[in-house]
Amino acid sequence: MSDGQVVAAHDVLLVGGGAAGLRAAIAIAETDPGLRVAVVSKVYPMRSHTVSAEGGAAGVIAADDSIDEHIYDTISGSDWLGDQDAIEAFVHEAPRELLRLEHWGCPWSRQPDGHVAVRAFGGMKKMRTWYAADKTGFHMLHALFQTSLKYDEVVRYDEWLVTRLLVDDGRVHGVVAVELNTGRVQAITAKAVVLATGGCGKVFPFTTNANINTGDGMALAYRAGAPLKDMEFVQYHPTGLPFTGILITEATRAEGAWLVNKDGYRYLQDYDLGTPTPTPELRSMELGPRDRLSQAFVHEEEKGRTIDSPYGSVVHLDLRHLGAKLIDSRLPFVRELCLKYERIDPVTDLIPVRPVVHYMMGGVHTDIDGATPLAGLFAAGETACVTINGANRLGSNSLPECLVFGARAGRAAAEYAATAPGPPATIAAQVADEVRRIERDVMGSPPRTDSVAAIRGEMQETMEAAAGIYRNGTAMTKGIDVLRGLQERVTRVGVRDTSRTWNTELVAALEVANMLDIAECILASGLQREESRGAHQRTDHPARDDERFLTHHLAYRDEDGPLVRRLPVTVTRWAPGERVYGR
Amino acid sequence: MDENIRLQVTRYRPDKDTVPGWQEYDVPLRKEWTVLDGLNHVKNEVDTTLAFRWSCRMGICGSCGMNVNGEPRLTCATFLSDYAPGPVTVEPLGNFPIVRDLVVDIGDFMAKLPRVKPWIIRDEEKSVDDGEYLQTPEELDAYKQFSMCINCMLCYAACPVYGLDPDFVGPAAIALAERYDLDSRDQGARERLDVLIEHEGVWGCTFVGECTRVCPKHVDPAGAIQRYKLKAAQESVKMFLLPRAFR
Repeated sequence: MSDGQVVAAHDVLLVGGGAAGLRAAIAIAETDPGLRVAVVSKVYPMRSHTVSAEGGAAGVIAADDSIDEHIYDTISGSDWLGDQDAIEAFVHEAPRELLRLEHWGCPWSRQPDGHVAVRAFGGMKKMRTWYAADKTGFHMLHALFQTSLKYDEVVRYDEWLVTRLLVDDGRVHGVVAVELNTGRVQAITAKAVVLATGGCGKVFPFTTNANINTGDGMALAYRAGAPLKDMEFVQYHPTGLPFTGILITEATRAEGAWLVNKDGYRYLQDYDLGTPTPTPELRSMELGPRDRLSQAFVHEEEKGRTIDSPYGSVVHLDLRHLGAKLIDSRLPFVRELCLKYERIDPVTDLIPVRPVVHYMMGGVHTDIDGATPLAGLFAAGETACVTINGANRLGSNSLPECLVFGARAGRAAAEYAATAPGPPATIAAQVADEVRRIERDVMGSPPRTDSVAAIRGEMQETMEAAAGIYRNGTAMTKGIDVLRGLQERVTRVGVRDTSRTWNTELVAALEVANMLDIAECILASGLQREESRGAHQRTDHPARDDERFLTHHLAYRDEDGPLVRRLPVTVTRWAPGERVYGR
Repeated sequence: MDENIRLQVTRYRPDKDTVPGWQEYDVPLRKEWTVLDGLNHVKNEVDTTLAFRWSCRMGICGSCGMNVNGEPRLTCATFLSDYAPGPVTVEPLGNFPIVRDLVVDIGDFMAKLPRVKPWIIRDEEKSVDDGEYLQTPEELDAYKQFSMCINCMLCYAACPVYGLDPDFVGPAAIALAERYDLDSRDQGARERLDVLIEHEGVWGCTFVGECTRVCPKHVDPAGAIQRYKLKAAQESVKMFLLPRAFR
């Protein structure tokens, strides 16, 4: 088969094979086994970044819990930027989705009587986080992947990188993708496309995210004309290992770990997060929300109360009082990671940690069924922004989000595909155009002293400086200028690798171009938001401003960069109020 | 800080090379650096054409398995300092066709995986409305170890039987079958046994135990294979002695 040909026609195509994509695929296969459904992913599905999620998945199941409390925790956690209709749907549907995973074999940790166990989590007023020790994402992903193998009708394109959406007359008709094994650039047509490619942590230098988290789905949607929503909201997780950025799960704190500064002092008590107690209090101290805990770290650093390390300042996470037995049963992966990567044992040693980029609250703008404004295009999971997370996601809400909205998007896409027209002949020109872009503009540019790695490195440094835990207008404006320059450079960077087989330099060049678009949206949206809310803290606008900014930001692609528009937040029953933790 | 260590890396570009060759790279020897960090240093600073898979760099996605000094390893969890002063050889995982450089073709495993039916099989499925299947911590412990497989393929690279007989289902797939057999929620053991009782199923294994030795997640595939052999042996005795209805 030669370049530019259509390899197959499907009804629904999932881009991405993590929790959201696989949940959508199964939902479609169950809704209508007659639909031709396919999953295209740049990695084998079980390599997807869902695999790295540790702590758990929230869903109301305990007798003392209630739907309204989970809703309220999520809304207040989002600093009132979450859409309340979406949050209500999410909280209602999460327990059933988690039960479904149980029926599909997910090895949830159990109570002695055999019922599913739940643990505490940051910002949650009740114990409602289901967990599989501290490898929850790994077990969920493998249960989903293995269950998906039951459905012969789910076709897979493993290790294909999607580079463009095919759009004609306001409708999506499929994708163009590079098959990594052969390097061929080919089209896969579909009546509906669901983007589920995960997050974009690699826009930053220090992140918990995997190498693959380059925001491909967000960039695909953006270039096709769909807006990206609330991109200024980037979550810093308070506890990453220095150097690697490997996540030490919030479940450590749920199980009772303490955050202490260089004096062994539980410093969170100085930041309106409550008073220290020997055992964890819900919605207090170490179980506060991630945005507030990461901000507290910055203040401790400014006060000179952190500890110097070769890879930046750190504080200590203290698990020693939990004991080996609890650590081995509830947090075995944490012990494994510490032993392997820090050569310390949390049973006897303090764990050095610092805030690390972890999650993108923003993403492709969708409605409550995963539909984007572009007909035939859907999105779910971290790629999407419905939004249940608003300005700050609560830990353990993202895994059930992948399930609830993956299933919703899958069903909506199936319904759409049932009546949508097939691809028009005119898309052939777009396919040819994309083949030209990749073969001539990217592969064909003569190599020069510049490199993909150099551009990526400069982008990451720029973003850390401009879009960190605290931001300001001057830094963001400067960052936007630097990114413009990098956009120029990336168009003629060239790749030295001329092989068609497994050309990872080509992949990296396409990924960095995706990330530059996303980085611009983060800064453009952040610059327009002249207030501090959740994960977006501006030193030049330190207060929340509901009058002007109880709105989402939608970033549209324009010739000179992103054009940012506004969309009101949906408020159903919970009027904006103060976020109270620990009091 | 300025000390280097030499990597000897397999290079193979199918459009240029008839057989795989070697290329040497000197990379900084830092105590935090893994073999994967060394390869990424090469990729970013020295030779952008080197091809290898990696993703999570925390030993859970299973992408970055390679042979390091001849031993199947996750390169993200293998430290350069353990090989000082070097050199360190980095080769693609054995027993798989090489696609390019350090990338191997695992399509055979991906095709075998569904054959062992790695999903919950029930005579009658309970509705989600009726809640969860109860499973005590002890029942969970019975299969937990076999559920830890990350499909990294190290066991296939180490397995001498798979090297000789590519039809052998192989350690990870058999361990996964055992994982579901031992799950108190599952009723599909009989169906899986029918698959694995075949010659290329469990019988291929001569119990070398290399799979268990190299497993980075302590899954013990060799143990799973032994258990299957026992089940299969019992089954053949039953088939011999009992009328069909009692098997």
